Amino acid sequence: MSSVISDSFSIYGEQITSRLLIGSALYPSPAVMADSIVASGAQIVTVSLRRQQSAAAGDDFWQLIKDTGLKILPNTAGCHSVNEAITLAQMCREVFATDWIKLELIGDDYNLQPDPFALLEATQILLAEGFKVLPYCTDDLVLCQRLADAGCEVLMPWGAPIGTGKGLLNKYNLKTIRERLPDTTLIVDAGLGLPSHACQALELGYDAVLLNSAIAGAGCPVTMSHAFKAAVDAGRFAYRAKAMPEKDVAAPSTPTMGMPFWHQQ
Amino acid sequence: MKVSMKITINGQHFELADSTNVAQGLTQFAAKEPFAVALNGQFIPRSQCDTTLLNEGDSIELLSPIQGG
Repeated sequence: MSSVISDSFSIYGEQITSRLLIGSALYPSPAVMADSIVASGAQIVTVSLRRQQSAAAGDDFWQLIKDTGLKILPNTAGCHSVNEAITLAQMCREVFATDWIKLELIGDDYNLQPDPFALLEATQILLAEGFKVLPYCTDDLVLCQRLADAGCEVLMPWGAPIGTGKGLLNKYNLKTIRERLPDTTLIVDAGLGLPSHACQALELGYDAVLLNSAIAGAGCPVTMSHAFKAAVDAGRFAYRAKAMPEKDVAAPSTPTMGMPFWHQQ
Repeated sequence: MKVSMKITINGQHFELADSTNVAQGLTQFAAKEPFAVALNGQFIPRSQCDTTLLNEGDSIELLSPIQGG
């Protein structure tokens, strides 16, 4: 049991034991954000960059995040072109002092679907500049293979469009990606709504999940954070335990030998 | 101060003297740490802000940490 508890996954060589990466947006208050992050047990929190407004506006937020002591994963949310994403990634690297970048490059505003072509191009450029790219991508096997071929050690296919809470819309695709890329760290990013969704991702063999809205948008974010923490642990235990094979025909679990009188001839 | 060029910082208009560099321009905005800078869509490392001169019509983006998912 202890080996299961202590198992970890790698993000560009860094060993991570918490299989829940958490976002810092949309919470009802800064205090709830901080408490939810702590309750999640996450070791990695996502942040972003936006135009500086007034001097005090972002101070409290950034201080709270720094106080968590967690690893920072900046994102390029809102970028629609390769140049925008590269510039924002470079700015993130300087402000947050990390080579990690959650690369988001939106191709369609309706469902915030990543642009696979621009994503691959930006990934190649950023990897060449020394970034450790964690691309937010669709659950397309060939795209994932191309990103891995480019040098990505971590891929983050979506479960469903950002903020929808629909869960894993295409388990077949996600499962296939897991099977075809056994040596790549895979994190389901976006679209989760329930702890059971996170559990399913881990049961499929995904290394972790990244989520924000499912916790921040819950009636009680801190309690939901606890629930997701338990869910990823359950999913990981289940994956390690190897599930029984599914069958189409019922099979009794109670021994049939020594059946009592009502079945005797 | 001789006003000779107009620039924008985060969409706000500023009038600056000729030969003003990026670092000097940011003082007009009262920029607070931490932040990163882009000039006309290109990242400018902080170490180069005082050697990068501004020109008429330049657009500076001054970004700071914010919540993200």
